[in-house]
Amino acid sequence: MNRDHRRPFIVIRGLEKSFGPKQVLRGVDLEVFEGETMVVLGGSGEGKSVLLRHINGLERPDRGEIVVDGQSLNELSEDELDEVRKKVSMVFQLGALFDSLTVFGNVAYPLQEHGWTSEAKVRERVHEVLAMVELSGVGDLFPAELSGGMKKRVALARALALEPKAVLYDEPTTGLDPLVTHRIDLMIRSLQSRLGFTSVVVTHDLKSAFKVGDRFALLDRGRIRFSGTAEEVRSTSDELMREFVMTAL
Amino acid sequence: MFERLYLFLDELGQIGILTFDFFRHALRRPFEMRPLVDQLDSVGYRSLNVVNLTAIFSGMVLALQMGQFLAKFGAKIYVSRIMGISLLREMGPVLAALMIAARVGAGFTAELGTMKVTEQIDAMRALATSPIKKLVVPRVLATILMMPVLTVIADAIGLFGGLVISVTQLGVSGNYFYTSLVQNVTLGDLMSGLGKSIFFGYLIGIIACFKGLSARGGADGVGRATTSAVVAASISVLISDFFLTKLFLEL
Repeated sequence: MNRDHRRPFIVIRGLEKSFGPKQVLRGVDLEVFEGETMVVLGGSGEGKSVLLRHINGLERPDRGEIVVDGQSLNELSEDELDEVRKKVSMVFQLGALFDSLTVFGNVAYPLQEHGWTSEAKVRERVHEVLAMVELSGVGDLFPAELSGGMKKRVALARALALEPKAVLYDEPTTGLDPLVTHRIDLMIRSLQSRLGFTSVVVTHDLKSAFKVGDRFALLDRGRIRFSGTAEEVRSTSDELMREFVMTAL
Repeated sequence: MFERLYLFLDELGQIGILTFDFFRHALRRPFEMRPLVDQLDSVGYRSLNVVNLTAIFSGMVLALQMGQFLAKFGAKIYVSRIMGISLLREMGPVLAALMIAARVGAGFTAELGTMKVTEQIDAMRALATSPIKKLVVPRVLATILMMPVLTVIADAIGLFGGLVISVTQLGVSGNYFYTSLVQNVTLGDLMSGLGKSIFFGYLIGIIACFKGLSARGGADGVGRATTSAVVAASISVLISDFFLTKLFLEL
């Protein structure tokens, strides 16, 4: 399949972002096609998470443009961004589950907030997405009672509840043991191919990246230094990318 | 020096924006009653003990001090009218506000700050819901609504404390205390205190929520935000009290 004929779902052009005197992003250009999984690689503190948070409007660019599903986010107010956020959900680094709600409450939250008035239908949908992440029977537990891997899976279930067109993952396997990391990677991959949504995964773990990604981009000093497929990553002459591959595998 | 001034003005601006957002979301449907009722319970009912304890001892101390002082002039019998005015106009609203700033303000900041540093606030936004609507509106509304209620209770309990001391220590009869109080204290004194308390409630709620939402870092960041919220809310109460007193005296 010629990827260039696919519709870009997320387009980032010339994105710049500073926090105080520190410029984190210095002109990022990136396209993510519909239905693919784009992995953004980079060292710690390179601004990968900041880049990700621009895609659903959690951060606003200083310069540049973000287009999601044909709509530019630049001009949208916080309220107007809600429509984009229903289409593009996010899995946070540590899950960001609501402490005060049970697992069921967490997954039901987006449904109850967005017009699902029938309790039976909410219950059914919550059980359905919890089953997708292989977590049945834990609905009554609170986040504090879950392991790290379970928290990530509940966060994934919550992100999938509204049937998003795209899912953003912020370091989905950070802090997990290798076995759990492997399971989460497989889960991300299988859900993506089963449900067909677009994914952007931010990680510094190249091993995980190869398991989940279709294309890869390397963020270095605030710019995308390299982007390409797994084969292109392996055969690249880009020094930093090669170094990244060598040390990671 | 200029940097601190800039940061202070920047914070003031951000609190202004949060206030605007608070009113915008508070007036927009759907009105969510459940979180508001929970906060009314937490801010009001659960603060009763601390407010009552503060009020009764302050009332008793005030009566003791006033009694000692007035006795020199043979004017002990005026203790109730002086207490009435100072409690209703000043001490009731200010002491209740300081207690709420410490108890409720710290709670708001710690709760919202923890949610901020664990990305739960961002998660709410990412799930297309507003943290202002879900978290700030019920909390600030609750402090605005409950402060006058707590102030009236603090006034009453404080006066009761004064009455007990007047009767037992100063030899003023209960009947005289009551009659003198009712004859000399006006509805204006009470309303002046209640007017202030509404404003204090807003200040405590909005400052505590703002500090929580702007917490950074980990547990130490939440700790710093909480300390700074209690200090800022208490100082704001005392400073605004001066200007509100001036305003109410001129009305």
